[in-house]
Amino acid sequence: MKIPRFDRGDDPGPSFVELLRQSGLAPPPPTTTIDNVTHATTCVAVRYADGVVMAGDRRATSGHLISHRTMEKVYPADRFSGVAIAGAAGPAMEMVKLFQLQLEHYEKVEGSFLSLEGKANQLGQMVRSNLPAAMQGLAVVPIFAGYDLRRGEGRLFQYDVTGGRYEESNFASTGSGSLHAGTVIKLGYRSTLDRASSIDLVISALFQAADEDSATGGPDLVRGIYPTVATITERGFDRVTEEEIAERFASLVERLATPDSVADVGVSPTISTDRGGDTA
Amino acid sequence: MSMPFYVAPEQVMKDRADFARKNIARGRPLVALSYTGGILMCAENPSNRQRKISELYDRIAFGGVGRYNEFDALRIAGVRAADLKGYSYSREDVDARSLANQYAGILGNIFTHEMKPMEVEILVAEVGAGANDDQLFHILYDGTPMDEIGYAVLGGEPEAIAERLKERFDAAADLQAALGSAVTALAGPGRQLVADDLEVAVLERGAARRAFRRIEGPELEGLLPSPAS
Repeated sequence: MKIPRFDRGDDPGPSFVELLRQSGLAPPPPTTTIDNVTHATTCVAVRYADGVVMAGDRRATSGHLISHRTMEKVYPADRFSGVAIAGAAGPAMEMVKLFQLQLEHYEKVEGSFLSLEGKANQLGQMVRSNLPAAMQGLAVVPIFAGYDLRRGEGRLFQYDVTGGRYEESNFASTGSGSLHAGTVIKLGYRSTLDRASSIDLVISALFQAADEDSATGGPDLVRGIYPTVATITERGFDRVTEEEIAERFASLVERLATPDSVADVGVSPTISTDRGGDTA
Repeated sequence: MSMPFYVAPEQVMKDRADFARKNIARGRPLVALSYTGGILMCAENPSNRQRKISELYDRIAFGGVGRYNEFDALRIAGVRAADLKGYSYSREDVDARSLANQYAGILGNIFTHEMKPMEVEILVAEVGAGANDDQLFHILYDGTPMDEIGYAVLGGEPEAIAERLKERFDAAADLQAALGSAVTALAGPGRQLVADDLEVAVLERGAARRAFRRIEGPELEGLLPSPAS
């Protein structure tokens, strides 16, 4: 890789995306519709006293098929922020990689951090520039959350496919199961949530979304695969350990399995096994 | 049509080298040395804004002395090259040697072809698994790359500083001892440098990914010998 040199007018400044464009490495947008690409689905984020908790299921689907069981959808963007993705998996992972690089590149070139607001806007611009691809079926809709060191609180941002940026005060959800997951969080949300209860809440939200939405994966007890959960506080981005998530799922399942806690699923339709006349 | 005066190429090169060397020597120096926990870089720099030492990539740092705007442009070009390479290939494929060679090419080119050579010396340091794997590439104003072993001195009166550093250098020293050696070497006899005069950073050997860390404020003051002693 050659050391790039620019005339003053072409200088990309601290932007890595602009640098890619100037270096001719930015991929062209697709020109035809692409069907059945791998999709990543449900992610949620909740604000609590110390910051934000983010979570995402692990399933990726292509049309009706499950294409990946262990996909990661919650990533650190830098030390104090994280991004969760839903939508076409390839462009989404590329967007996360670019976003991480963009923040680090800015920090190195400028010698200072972007504000949380600045990071949220950067991601909005990336979603916006993905719009031509989104029109061809490659939409990416992320959630961005971070700990604002200047304000001393967690903040979270939701996006739409055009790059529209919406700051949410309590919680956000995205992806195919977002309707169900969002409802669970809406009903369970309290302004007094602490770390433990907010993790339980997002876990329960993902469980219920997986229960209703085929593209959202529930906990896989056979293979030991659980949703990804991370907290972002003044100590930075912290992934919740697999053991803790497994434990919390176990207690959720235990609670749901007690007879009076689950809604009646109804009587299964039965087909008579009586063959008429046959004697055993 | 007037003919330009003939000047021997030897003379042209010597004039340029003298010009660059003289201006670099006027600036404040920088040293880098391996210690047990990584690579320590230490520069005399009273400014907290115009940095001489900065991060290039995960395990690679940049140091520059001389004219600030010139080495800062080189630093940014290096960050760009490293990030582009890491993006196109993989983060592991970014190495100090290739960056140093490219810097050498750029500086050499400017030295022979431009009106004025760059009045800078730069250092590209990469921390390895052990002190023997550390790499220190010191590149001169004319593009001469030097692969330094153990420690490197840039700018100021390099011979005298290197002499003092050589006496005390020990790759197995801890951070405090290494910083003591660096500061003593930079200060020279009869001078004392305090935290405000210094810019200090380390590349930490055990770091998970980004090894570069600045040592500033109370941490730096705690590591420096107290002025009374």
